Amino acid sequence: MSDTNTITADRPVFGRRDPDARGYFGAYGGRFVPETLVAPIEELTAGYFAARADESFRKELDHLLRHYVGRPTPLYETRRLAASTGVRVFLKREDLTHTGAHKINNSIGQALLARRMGKKRVVAETGAGQHGVATAAACALLGLECDVYMGSEDMRRQALNVVRMELLGARVKRVDAGSCTLKDAINEAMRDWVTNVADTYYLLGSALGPHPYPLMVREFQSVIGMEARVQILEQAGRLPDVVVACVGGGSNAIGMFDGFIDDAEVRLIGVEAGGEKIAPGRHAARFAGGPGGGLTGVLHGTRTFVLQDEAGNIELTHSISAGLDYAAVGPEHAWLRDLGRTEYVNISDAEALEGFQALGRLEGILPALESAHAVAHTMRLIKDLPDGSIVLVNLSGRGDKDVQSVVEALKK
Amino acid sequence: MKVAEGRLAEAFARIRADKAGPGLVTYITAGDPDLKRTEGILLALQRGGVDVLEVGVPWSDPLADGPVIQRATERALAGGTNLSGVLDMLGRLRPELRVPIVLFSYANPILRMGAERFADRAREAGVDGVLVLDLPIEEAGEFRGLMTTRGIDTILLLSPTTSDARLRAAAGLGSGFLYAISRLGVTGARDAVAEGAEEMVRRIRSVSALPIALGFGISKPEHVREVGKWADAAVVGSALVNVIAQAAGVDQNGELDARVEEYVRWLKS
Repeated sequence: MSDTNTITADRPVFGRRDPDARGYFGAYGGRFVPETLVAPIEELTAGYFAARADESFRKELDHLLRHYVGRPTPLYETRRLAASTGVRVFLKREDLTHTGAHKINNSIGQALLARRMGKKRVVAETGAGQHGVATAAACALLGLECDVYMGSEDMRRQALNVVRMELLGARVKRVDAGSCTLKDAINEAMRDWVTNVADTYYLLGSALGPHPYPLMVREFQSVIGMEARVQILEQAGRLPDVVVACVGGGSNAIGMFDGFIDDAEVRLIGVEAGGEKIAPGRHAARFAGGPGGGLTGVLHGTRTFVLQDEAGNIELTHSISAGLDYAAVGPEHAWLRDLGRTEYVNISDAEALEGFQALGRLEGILPALESAHAVAHTMRLIKDLPDGSIVLVNLSGRGDKDVQSVVEALKK
Repeated sequence: MKVAEGRLAEAFARIRADKAGPGLVTYITAGDPDLKRTEGILLALQRGGVDVLEVGVPWSDPLADGPVIQRATERALAGGTNLSGVLDMLGRLRPELRVPIVLFSYANPILRMGAERFADRAREAGVDGVLVLDLPIEEAGEFRGLMTTRGIDTILLLSPTTSDARLRAAAGLGSGFLYAISRLGVTGARDAVAEGAEEMVRRIRSVSALPIALGFGISKPEHVREVGKWADAAVVGSALVNVIAQAAGVDQNGELDARVEEYVRWLKS
């Protein structure tokens, strides 16, 4: 681990914590892909390593993060959410970025890389639609053709985002397979990529997939943690005691955690989707353990914790939030958990709804249902923390897209 | 040259000795329409003169497969077929099969069973070779060791995007035969064999003496004959899976088996 004093800049950090040469974080990661994809992935790795070492690439990224995305995003100390306790809660406002979620940090970075590698066309998958919208925007900005695969169930849940993507010039491709959610959209995006490798760039939206994606996505998202660390030191005069972030694939969480990973005294907590209950098909808590919890396996090119049955088939998942509704988790999370550096909890659909409403009523902020999981866990956590504790929550996205789902859920 | 001992080596030695035409390798998804009828289909393929039987293990997320095999996979999974059941079925049928069997699988079902336990059970079932679609050379080291010590060939897949360096690595690590795909993309029948097929085989021949089976998109006798100009054998998958899917609906009095046998006889014509 490098000197913590190096984190003084509010920009993404590159090359600080690479996996091994085969793309492993401990026992997790690697490249489990069909042979046709090996060469494109090697090309991508070389292209990424060259780009991140190139000052002009980083300069253009910094420029776009500042003037297009709207960074740095604010760090806001809540006024009423924790008022009944002696705990201070700070929100990292990724919901205030252009397009409304942290996903744009990665989409801009990878779209710049795609253009640098001479690719004319981008394919992407999306769950909640936030990665699709961010990628559509980045492709519009850089003049790249863009196809976004989306499960039909997610298209129903996130109808607004489908329209947004189309207005941004992307084609949304409907996926009617399996659970018709994120997992199936990734399958279809990978099938497209394997067919069109020569001119097509696969812009994966989470810290998942074969090496170098988990590394690359974390590094583009590291801007969240770097900014937050600088901001909390400015505003509170010290590091937080706890950092909380929701974990689907895990990109907002790993980007936030990256700023604090070397600060051993800071607890890092990832919040998974507990769904209806921890039983097969009813949740997406890969680290839940016990019957219905995840086991080591391979999905979408990476070895990690996966929800699966006895025969190794991937379990269907459920979450009220489309962005957390996925059977595997980013490999670096699995490694950090093994090391004891991070902890994972889960929050049910009902609790997430409470978090969603509480933040609206108490702070005037509607969080994305994904981020509402982190808010809900924070509300649980602050009851037990000593007075004067500081909790930093990554508010990864805004909730406009979820209003319809929330109205439906509250009727039940 | 690596000299393999098993039925696969024998089968390809026979194909090479027999000047009549290329060998025929067929893929089916086990459990489609159900495991019992898969037994009948495998025997029908043998009667029809198939040289190597590839048996696909259905998995929930077949991301290297096109729509035809995806649908077959869904039918097989809906009927409860899994890796363990496929191995049991092959073990029962093995005494009746003279032709070699290659198991096709994605990595996760094998990892879930445990690679070592899988290796033992594959040997007991009389499996001759295993191809794991999402286990590239870099990840296959330990797995290959487990297979080799049990006399099972590890079949490696080579693509038009495979570099010359990787071709050489595959030539050194593969056994039984090399499975070359002639075009990019997912599985599925096409009207014509890809133009790059000849070049693909030439590149492999320049680094390996292992037999080559060429696949992806083959559905007609003229495709098989064309492939035979360069490769040792042609692989037919999606087109056969399609024949099975159509015949399964009208299956009575052994109609399914008869159509399968008729189809492969036609392919070899």
